[in-house]
Amino acid sequence: MDFLATLFTDFGAQILSTVTAAFAIAAIGLNLHFGYTGLLNIGQAGFMLLGAYGFAITIRFGGPFWLGVLVAIVAAVIFALILGLPTLKLRGYYLAIVTIAAAEILRIVGGNQSLGPVTGGVAGIGNQVYSPAFTALSPFPQDGSFSLGPYTYPLTVGDSWYLRIVSWIVLALVAVLVLLLMRSPWGRTIRGIREDEDAVRSLGKNVYLYKMQALILGGVIGALGGMLFVLGTSVQPDSLGRSTTFLLYTIVLLGGAATVFGPVLGAVLYFMVIIGLQDVVGQFVPPEIMSQQQVPQFGYIVVGIGLMLLVIFRPQGILGNKKELSFGD
Amino acid sequence: MTDAKVSGTAVRADDDYPWDRTALRSELATVSQEPGATKPQPILAVDNVVRSFGGVTAVDVAHLEVQRGAITALIGPNGAGKTTFFNLITGFDKPSSAKPRFGGGNGPFATWRFQGRSLGATSAFRVAQTGMVRTFQLTKALSAMTVMDNMLLGAKDQPGEHILTALFRPRWKKREAEIRAKAEELLVRFKLDAKKDDYAGSLSGGQRKLLEMARALMSDPAMIMLDEPMAGVNPALTQSLLGHIQDLRDRGTTVLFVEHDMHMVRHISDWVVVMAEGKIVAEGPPDTVMQHQAVVDAYLGSHHDQDLGDDSVLDEDFEQAKAQEDAERGERTAAEPDGEKA
Amino acid sequence: MLVAALGVLSGLLLPALPAQASSSPTPSASSSAAAGDSSAIRATATCAQTDTTACVAGTLRDADTNPVRGATVTLAAGGTPVATKTSAEGTFSFTVTAAGRYTLSLDESTLPEGLTPGNGTERTITARLGALSPAGFALEGAQQGGETDPEATPQGDTSAFGRFWNQVSLGLLLGLLLALGAIGLSLVYGTTGLSNFAHAEQVTLGGFLGYVFAVQLGVPFVLAGVIVIVLCALTGTVQDRLIWQPLRRRGLGLTQLMVVTIGLQLALQYVYQFIFGGGVRPVSRTIQANTGPLNITPNAYIAMAISVVVLIGVGLLLQRTRIGRATRAVADNRPLAAASGIDVDRIIRLVWTIAAGLAGLAGLLYALVYGGIAWNTGAELLLLLFPAVTLGGFGTAFGALVGSLVIGLVTQLSSLVLTAQLRYASALLILIVVLIFRPQGILGRRSRVG
Ligand SMILES: Nc1ncnc2c1ncn2[C@@H]1O[C@H](COP(=O)(O)OP(=O)(O)OP(=O)(O)O)[C@@H](O)[C@H]1O
Ligand SMILES: [Mg+2]
Repeated sequence: MDFLATLFTDFGAQILSTVTAAFAIAAIGLNLHFGYTGLLNIGQAGFMLLGAYGFAITIRFGGPFWLGVLVAIVAAVIFALILGLPTLKLRGYYLAIVTIAAAEILRIVGGNQSLGPVTGGVAGIGNQVYSPAFTALSPFPQDGSFSLGPYTYPLTVGDSWYLRIVSWIVLALVAVLVLLLMRSPWGRTIRGIREDEDAVRSLGKNVYLYKMQALILGGVIGALGGMLFVLGTSVQPDSLGRSTTFLLYTIVLLGGAATVFGPVLGAVLYFMVIIGLQDVVGQFVPPEIMSQQQVPQFGYIVVGIGLMLLVIFRPQGILGNKKELSFGD
Repeated sequence: MTDAKVSGTAVRADDDYPWDRTALRSELATVSQEPGATKPQPILAVDNVVRSFGGVTAVDVAHLEVQRGAITALIGPNGAGKTTFFNLITGFDKPSSAKPRFGGGNGPFATWRFQGRSLGATSAFRVAQTGMVRTFQLTKALSAMTVMDNMLLGAKDQPGEHILTALFRPRWKKREAEIRAKAEELLVRFKLDAKKDDYAGSLSGGQRKLLEMARALMSDPAMIMLDEPMAGVNPALTQSLLGHIQDLRDRGTTVLFVEHDMHMVRHISDWVVVMAEGKIVAEGPPDTVMQHQAVVDAYLGSHHDQDLGDDSVLDEDFEQAKAQEDAERGERTAAEPDGEKA
Repeated sequence: MLVAALGVLSGLLLPALPAQASSSPTPSASSSAAAGDSSAIRATATCAQTDTTACVAGTLRDADTNPVRGATVTLAAGGTPVATKTSAEGTFSFTVTAAGRYTLSLDESTLPEGLTPGNGTERTITARLGALSPAGFALEGAQQGGETDPEATPQGDTSAFGRFWNQVSLGLLLGLLLALGAIGLSLVYGTTGLSNFAHAEQVTLGGFLGYVFAVQLGVPFVLAGVIVIVLCALTGTVQDRLIWQPLRRRGLGLTQLMVVTIGLQLALQYVYQFIFGGGVRPVSRTIQANTGPLNITPNAYIAMAISVVVLIGVGLLLQRTRIGRATRAVADNRPLAAASGIDVDRIIRLVWTIAAGLAGLAGLLYALVYGGIAWNTGAELLLLLFPAVTLGGFGTAFGALVGSLVIGLVTQLSSLVLTAQLRYASALLILIVVLIFRPQGILGRRSRVG
């Protein structure tokens, strides 16, 4: 019984957490690419990392908070342009290959020791470097904490209510933005492109431009997710590698590709599964079979297999509409 | 221009233009029946378009003109290069004879002019925007979208297709209502109105052809290029579709279509262009062109199973069809200008 | 202009620069004092900072970013120091209960051979409650058996010319190994249209099976090699039978199939890590010195010879035999091939088998030449395999070979001016340039519309 109580408390904590919101945001961006437009971006973690770097480095060198946000966004736009310009006129797998490679290069270069003074190398940038710029804007008192049921967090500093609230507000804004767009003629064109871009082209739409817009917008949303993610933890290139991208795919496909709330639901469910796994393994599985350290590895195995099973057996996920789903060719 | 009020297809106020079909045909009768003949009012003029795949030359058109306001049929045996020619003209493929981007190469380079605009290096979407819209031989209905959404996608001048305007519904709501009304009307004409909320994926093969054609008409193209529009459409519907195509022409839209069905070609076209092995081998009015030695060779050469017996009775057959069609038309225009609700 | 740009680039990217202290915290009033004796330090497997604890954690890596395992790292704040050893992934982490300054030190004697601390062995870390303080030490040099080329430090001719030829030979070596993987990738794409993101995991599998048989079980290397290749080929057969054929029958779209391979890639990669840990596993018990004019090991010569023979064999198979012609027919036009009586499913099964076998061989040779295989070797090779295959024009076996050689040469030659880690960047750069000017690849064809 005790175990169940812990489990459910952990669930709650995880659902509320910034990480969940940050991943949901990045997944909404990926959904705009993959779910709605049919762009196979397998480098969404690269956009997250870029957003994180852009933000953290700007502040590290004395820039104000909003400049950091601006730099993160501009960096994502430029990254999207570099990836999209040569590939968006070509078939899907070219974008796939270029995005995965570029994201990995970003991670490798970011972790390069020679860039240590800027990126912090492999160790990255601790959030004490850039968090103060964020917490200074808090409407809450700088000290003190607040309890809601079993959940007690500081008001402003560190893993705070402030950060949580901001994350969920950003998530809500992004979701509304995507909702508005997808219900507009722009969204209709985007969905048409996902299915058959030649058909849409034959109707006089500048498919290349639309794809570029979707790539940029989804990338910027990913960068916002990355920024929020590192506000809760720290900028570490290896924590935003390709496994993160694959995880985002799982989140999108679990909740439902090409739906507005699918990625949010997917993120919540995914983190519940991981927390459950951690608690169950910690409680019931002897360490000779699986040590606590192996749990994340096991988690990724589960994600990989889950992704396969989802695509094969329920490509529309939980919220999606199978008839409306089309993954291009 | 009595039906200027009819929405759906625009009427061009081009007064020196022979809207009258008989006038048009008599004017075309004066055109020489040589491949590449000059037309009185060409809407499209193509020069030196060559496309080869590896060693095979799929298209090699030295010169071709398409008469404005006429229904021109492009016929030829399988593999003649008709679809490839469509792809080239509409920007979906690039001629091997295209002028190299960075200069050099030796001409003559491919050029073509549509409504006086040079389209040599124009991307497909821009070609469509200039008013030359095509359909595909293998239909490209968007099956994961509803029939209505397919239609709406065909419209032009929707400000909501711009990413920023899209966020402000009031800015595009009005235009959306207009194009929706127009789509409804076209769907009625194409007998798809009952299906408008179904996914296009649930349509039959023939219905998809119809949808694609209707969708192409949403933007009021100056010229529509149909790649085998009747393949797979049932005979009863074919009749009414032929009516639509003629209707289009009579409202000022130029039609260029590829078709294997000779009955249809004879029935509606004003002019026929014959292609074989990539080249234009003959041109002429439908009632005489099939008698060209080059055409008989082209068909006999590659397709012995072609129904040439049918062609031998072409004249008689055509007169009959024409008479019948004229009768129908007279009836229709008298009863309802729209011609469809009958 | 170009020269200047290059100069700036190399200045930025050359590896020699020692790293700064990884974090430069701005001490605030509450945290600037050294944490007192009351603070409890625990070495923890993973870091979970709450609002009453702080985390000091990092990853120890060599100059090639390969994790360094088993090094002793100590954290102290006046009281008794607490030591821990870095994990298989090179990570270490401490949980502390008081904010303040801590001293993190690295025991140099516990570092693997060939590694030296780049910038001292002590760091001052400021821990803040509820936060993670990343920490690390810059290390110079690369581990033996690491992912770096054992030839990276040429002992012979070190003139510019000599270095150039040295890199050319390394490029050929890498190119030939890549070709073994790329041809399978390309054949599978050609016959089924599938871009298989899990293909490089077959390469890793070859390496690990080599480790199991040749090192753990002590089977003689040649025999072990044969067993490994047969087993790997079988995984191809079984995979097609159990996964890909049923999915083709279900009519799954190519994009969906591609996502399936992405999931498989992720799962396999972590299965390897789960079983074999994060270290580099050798496939041979002996380590060789570099010899000969090209300054590469005898094993590398053998690997190149084997690759060439096998590649010629595959070429002959495709060009000269009935099966090969059938394969090319399927790749050219599947419906037509089926209509003309070719058993398409059987051909595809065969292609999977060959592709997996070749990939296994590639992994085995890779591990032999580069000192071992790690759980993420395949994942990184994928970043070279895809550009190679794309460069040659997806779906043509000969194109894959040409593309691989180009990528092998370019990545190795680029390390004359860039650090080894950036070889992926040069591969990507070529890819992007080729996509702009010749999207169908060097030898590919464009497909038709409408
Ligand atoms: N992408 C391509 N690659 C290679 N050959 C092609 C390609 N596209 C067309 N061809 C070849 O060009 C020739 C002309 O093809 P096209 O499709 O234009 O013929 P068509 O006149 O439309 O025939 P049909 O009446 O059967 O539709 C054919 O021989 C065809 O095989
Ligand atoms: Mg055709």
